[in-house]
Amino acid sequence: MKKSSRILVLVCALLMLGAYIFPIWTISLEAPQYPEGLQMNILINNITGDVDKVNGLNHYIGMKHIHAEEFVELKALPYLIAFFIGFGLLTYWKNSKKLLYAWTVMLLAFGIAGAVDFYLWEYDYGHNLDPMAAIKVPGMSYQPPLLGYKQLLNFLAGSFPAIGGWMVITPILTAFTISIVELRSKKKVNHEKLSASSAAVNRGL
Amino acid sequence: MTPFIKHSKLMLAVAVATAAFTGCKPKKAETVISGDAAQKVYVAPGKLDEVYLFASGGFSGQVAAYGIPSGRLLKVIPVFSQNPENGWGYTEETKAMLNTSHGFIPWDDAHHPQLSKTDGMDDGRWLFINGNNTPRIARINLATFKTEEILEVPNSGGNHSSPYCTENTEYVVAGTRFSVPIGNNTDVPITSYKENFRGALSFINVDQKEGNMNIAFQLLVPGVDYDLARSGKGVSHGWMFFSCYNSEQAHTLLEVNASQRDKDFIMAVNWKKAEEYVKQGKGKKMPATYYHNKYDEKTHSAKSTVEKEVLTLDTRELKDIVYFIPCPKSPHGADVSPDGENIVASGKLAAVIPVFSFKKLTDAIAKKTFDGEFDNVSVVKYEAALAGEVQKPGLGPLHTEFDDKGYAYTSMFVSSEIVKWKVDTREVVDRVPTYYSIGHLCVVGGDNKKPYGKYVIALNKITKDRYLPTGPELTQSAQLFDISGEKMNLLLDFPTIGEPHYAQACPAEVIMKNQKKIFELSKNEHPYAAKNEQETKVVRNGKRVDVWMTAIRSHLAPDNIEGIKQGDEVYFHVTNLEQDWDVPHGFAIKGAENTELLIMPGETQTIKWTPKSTGVFPFYCTDFCSALHQEMQGYARVSAANSTVALKYGVGDTAPKDQVAQK
Repeated sequence: MKKSSRILVLVCALLMLGAYIFPIWTISLEAPQYPEGLQMNILINNITGDVDKVNGLNHYIGMKHIHAEEFVELKALPYLIAFFIGFGLLTYWKNSKKLLYAWTVMLLAFGIAGAVDFYLWEYDYGHNLDPMAAIKVPGMSYQPPLLGYKQLLNFLAGSFPAIGGWMVITPILTAFTISIVELRSKKKVNHEKLSASSAAVNRGL
Repeated sequence: MTPFIKHSKLMLAVAVATAAFTGCKPKKAETVISGDAAQKVYVAPGKLDEVYLFASGGFSGQVAAYGIPSGRLLKVIPVFSQNPENGWGYTEETKAMLNTSHGFIPWDDAHHPQLSKTDGMDDGRWLFINGNNTPRIARINLATFKTEEILEVPNSGGNHSSPYCTENTEYVVAGTRFSVPIGNNTDVPITSYKENFRGALSFINVDQKEGNMNIAFQLLVPGVDYDLARSGKGVSHGWMFFSCYNSEQAHTLLEVNASQRDKDFIMAVNWKKAEEYVKQGKGKKMPATYYHNKYDEKTHSAKSTVEKEVLTLDTRELKDIVYFIPCPKSPHGADVSPDGENIVASGKLAAVIPVFSFKKLTDAIAKKTFDGEFDNVSVVKYEAALAGEVQKPGLGPLHTEFDDKGYAYTSMFVSSEIVKWKVDTREVVDRVPTYYSIGHLCVVGGDNKKPYGKYVIALNKITKDRYLPTGPELTQSAQLFDISGEKMNLLLDFPTIGEPHYAQACPAEVIMKNQKKIFELSKNEHPYAAKNEQETKVVRNGKRVDVWMTAIRSHLAPDNIEGIKQGDEVYFHVTNLEQDWDVPHGFAIKGAENTELLIMPGETQTIKWTPKSTGVFPFYCTDFCSALHQEMQGYARVSAANSTVALKYGVGDTAPKDQVAQK
């Protein structure tokens, strides 16, 4: 690995510590009665913010109550992130490209799996409604957006990564970039080696 | 010239003469509304006012909060009077707040709101208010706008010169308007006023953390009428000034008999000296029975305790606590300038406003420049304490407050105007009419060390033609004046609840920074709180039935109750499970003889219900809480006293099923 790549790996691994300190994702809801907005913050092991208020409002449409303790994801996440930090540090220490590629692939897989899981969870909450709900709008589901804004009846729902989330996403993208750079430089080196040997051959000829 | 022309010339001359004659009528000051008044009081929808105004409701017994400059009524805070709108004084939790040694007194005459102070500035912690009739002092918590404490004041005949607080709210004072016989022998002829009647000035200690009040000591003072008071500040910190009238010591037809002497008094009280005497053990404990009612925010309930004695200091024996300063004719306001040096006394019947100097007063006391005694109290020579007089201020000066630019504003009841004068030169610089008969006035922060100024609010006694008429009983009103410029400008009239006797105002942020939005459910320590639906239950204990009920959008739990019997006393303890701002729930049941409930998020309130007949009684939420508010309802079934219908309850699947009454 290049020296700069190696340092970046270290920075990325350490940056992910932020997931333990800051919220990872934020879902916001705005309505005429809530100009100040309601916010739910997804932490590494909990959901905080106006969860009770959101649960209170969701009873009209028969949405399930959100309880942090029911999420397996929130139990696994602290260990997963710890693993990625550890693996990153190992990569830095061993200065191994193979480890770097493995790390990158795992991080990418984690990112994609996370997004899919989040989407499925949103789908479940938005569609799996109590048939006894007081307000039933034909054809209406209440799935929040994966990323960005979406109007759900009187609420404008927004879904965005929070600081802790960015502190994981940035390392994933950076790891990906480092891997590409390293791959390219490998090719370059191979190419140079190749041209050096052909030169030698030429000389020898 | 034809006779016709001659005739018309004559007519013209007469017309001109008539016009000239009627034109001689002196012009009155007229309402002049300057062009930008509307702009200055317009607070756009969704925008907040700049200032909170807390006005007493006078005979309504309550306090009202208004936004200034809009004059919008924000909230009526129930204090001394029952308020069925939210159950104040009716619910099991709040009834105790209105207990007194005279029994349950569900009303009073509330006069002088007083914001708590830190270093002579409004600090937004509490608002104190006096109950004039059945002597009491109430403390309102400004985080919740709820009355938290009511303390009865013993040995008082009418709690008028109250509740004025010292520079750091060390004390709130409560002085009696009526002197009365006190002690063991109170059944005396009224004509024995001079021998047997005393005044009592209570110094109530305020706990700086929780605000709890306790009477530290009571000064027994000469028998006259104590009208108003104001604390010293800055240089005069440690002193309190009371205005006194009826130095004639009349007991009948005071209108005439208490208006004879040229001078009544301002009483200067050196409370630091009184504290020293208390420390030295010079106080005497006097038996007295008075109630002390406290509302606990954690249990959402009030408790009364009965106090049995009060510590007194007699000014006949301890002669260097109080001094009289002669003051022209029946003084009302005794107001202290922001620097604490000037004491402005407004004699209702006086032609001048005397301004006393604190420095001169203390010098005179030190040099004993006295003019004899009044009931064993040294009377300081008028000239010795006088800084000067405001000449020709107007008629009936009542009360003075101060702005941030060195001016004083005095209300004139008889001439119905506000007079602005310069404190250091005592020169009148402006006057403006009020509509009509102003009593107290209020400058924003007008009794602070550094007044906020900008507005003066006139608290008027008569409204007459200022609003659409509503029969003989009309609204009362306040008027807002801009005092930011040289001239005072009328901006707005606004109606008030009850009589806006006096008001205090402070910048909005002072109050807003402490605001509470909900009560935390997890901190609810009410003995009958159900903190979730699993905790709801109905328990019979003899003829008493307790219902642990919850309210959340949009149902009550339990909402079906059977097995209540005629002759039962049913207590509905309703806990609002919401934890969101501005989602109260109400509770009302058919035939409730007392009140409905209005329950804030996280709070528990209780209504007692004694059904008079058998049948099924609907109950429901009275505060429009949600789209399904109208569905938030239930039934209580009342059976005959000897019925076998079992006590069952529930909501939804758990609701009681098919219980037939046995004949």
